[in-house]
Amino acid sequence: MSGIMVKNITKKFGDFIAVNNVSFDVKEGELAALLGPSGSGKSTLLRIIAGLENPDMGQIFLTGKDVTPLRTQKRNVGFVFQHYALFKHMTVEKNIAFGLEIQKKDKKEIKQKVEELIDLVKLNGYNKHYPSQLSGGQRQRVALARALATEPKVLLLDEPFGSLDAKVRKNLAQWIRDLHNRVNVTSVFVTHDQNEAIEISDKIIVINRGKVEQIGNATDVYEHPKSKFVASFVGNVNVINANIKKNHIVITGTKEKIQFKEKTEINFQNIVLLIRPEDIIVKDNSTEDTVPCIINGIYYRGSFYEVDLKVGTNNVKSLVPKEDFFKFEWRKGTKVYIRFRKFKIFEASEGHKKVHEMLKQLGYIE
Amino acid sequence: MENKTNCVEVVRKQKQAGKWVLISFVLLWFFVLIIFPLIGIVRETFKNAISVITSSLSSTASTHAFWLTILITFVAVVINTIFGTIMAIVFAKQNFKGKLFLESLIDLPFAVSPIVAGFMFVILFGPGGWIGSWFYSMNIKIIYALPGMIIATLFVTLPFVAKEIIPVLREFGIEQDEAALILGASQWQIFWKVTLPSIRWGLAYGVTLTIARSIGEFGAVLVVSGSIINKTQTATLRIHDQFTDLNYAGAFSAALILALISFIILNLIQYAQKRKKRI
Ligand SMILES: Nc1ncnc2c1ncn2[C@@H]1O[C@H](COP(=O)(O)OP(=O)(O)OP(=O)(O)O)[C@@H](O)[C@H]1O
Ligand SMILES: [Mg+2]
Repeated sequence: MSGIMVKNITKKFGDFIAVNNVSFDVKEGELAALLGPSGSGKSTLLRIIAGLENPDMGQIFLTGKDVTPLRTQKRNVGFVFQHYALFKHMTVEKNIAFGLEIQKKDKKEIKQKVEELIDLVKLNGYNKHYPSQLSGGQRQRVALARALATEPKVLLLDEPFGSLDAKVRKNLAQWIRDLHNRVNVTSVFVTHDQNEAIEISDKIIVINRGKVEQIGNATDVYEHPKSKFVASFVGNVNVINANIKKNHIVITGTKEKIQFKEKTEINFQNIVLLIRPEDIIVKDNSTEDTVPCIINGIYYRGSFYEVDLKVGTNNVKSLVPKEDFFKFEWRKGTKVYIRFRKFKIFEASEGHKKVHEMLKQLGYIE
Repeated sequence: MENKTNCVEVVRKQKQAGKWVLISFVLLWFFVLIIFPLIGIVRETFKNAISVITSSLSSTASTHAFWLTILITFVAVVINTIFGTIMAIVFAKQNFKGKLFLESLIDLPFAVSPIVAGFMFVILFGPGGWIGSWFYSMNIKIIYALPGMIIATLFVTLPFVAKEIIPVLREFGIEQDEAALILGASQWQIFWKVTLPSIRWGLAYGVTLTIARSIGEFGAVLVVSGSIINKTQTATLRIHDQFTDLNYAGAFSAALILALISFIILNLIQYAQKRKKRI
């Protein structure tokens, strides 16, 4: 297959395992996000793909070829560094031309290509500027143009929008998405911002402590997290401590039970329910699938209200649409009822999917 | 209201006064240590008739001394530039055992008195010395000859180039190198196209310091050279020699020329430093 294939890559720094048996692939023309918290090994992985770091184990395939033994110079990847790494003593056009000059391309050809790229990244008129005379966003675009100059088949971007302010960041992210559709390239970009990953990528690879937690598109990762980590890292999530007793869930600190669809005989101590704020529905009256709770605080959030609730010993957040909110006279201290539209069950300590999968297989939950 | 402005005025005046006290102190200090001695040299030199000055400067011993200084300085600069740069790259970019210890050794020439350094080399390279005896058996003279003087000068100027470049390289980090690597550049190309341009002003600064020190070095060179007229006598040694011989005209005119050279170098240093900061 063309594109990028990462196969069983492991990298240690001394005793510390920075990347732990990671495998994934990115199809030709895809834009994939490598999403994970700080120190999870994202940069290390990207550097291994580029050949800047040697893996202790595993292989890297680029456009169908095993490049593991190849030096960086021979891999022909484009790389955009988090802090741009522009050549400070060179002008914008010299920076962009660097790769082509190394390839000893014809002068005329270089000039033409540089003009094209400057046009593409909308830096017309900045040809003779030095990096220190540019804004962060402009530098980022020079870095991108420089990486694209040699027409790499693979483009790697390490937190490309990391040091930009929110608005520039959003524009640039969208612009990279568009650009990616125009030039024929397979890309991986590193981010620790879930929104960025969700907004512009075709595929999200969630990593944590050097390990792949989940691979999937935005909907998969958001709606069907495979682990407690993914659920809490991608998007906001409420964590509610509970136990499973026979055929129902008992939320810690309450006597309230959530009935399963069918009767079961399983018991589980110390589980957690993970529920997205938008999946907690606040109601005025109790029905058989609701749990009573007290409103702890109400915050205006523009298009909706954020309501803090206390359920037993747990604090949870719910997002309530405005129109629902105005129907009732809720304020701090009001007793209300909540229903969980959707939740995931994980073991509190280990944080893996076992419980949920088990219950699902048995047909107790969906 | 009026009171308040008065107060402000008083504070301002006090501040002004404080500022002027400090400035005059600095000026006084400069005069005592720098300006007066310079004026002294100029005055003493020109007390003598111009003919005396030119004849003492154009004596073979003097011209030989100046040429020798220039030669030693040139060799020291070339060697220091190459080895200093290599040393800086190794210390700034490579990691190996004992690096910290080795790096701390760079400062040694600053800590050791030049005379002591000179004696070290005499002991080592002298006819009875450890390495010197071998060279003597090969009929190569090091001490009381040019090689020894170059070695001594290299020792005292060793830190200048490396010390100037190491922080520049550290600050630049390796990201630009890596960017060049990814764009297909070889190590050799990276050095010429990326590393060298980024350190050029630091290097220029280090080189000027090396020149200044090589021209001015006295102690270490005195010990290893023996200060033999027309052979191993450099400009500073010549000045010393003339001075002790009570030939003030010769001493002061040579001193004036060295002072002029220092002045030019000082300006070069400042220029290089400014450019270094700007990049
Ligand atoms: N050269 C190195 N030597 C030793 N440890 C390293 C080295 N490079 C990275 N590490 C360690 O490996 C781990 C992963 O680092 P990495 O830079 O890949 O994280 P990251 O996911 O990119 O984090 P961030 O989002 O903060 O950039 C970190 O704990 C880091 O300390
Ligand atoms: Mg990183």
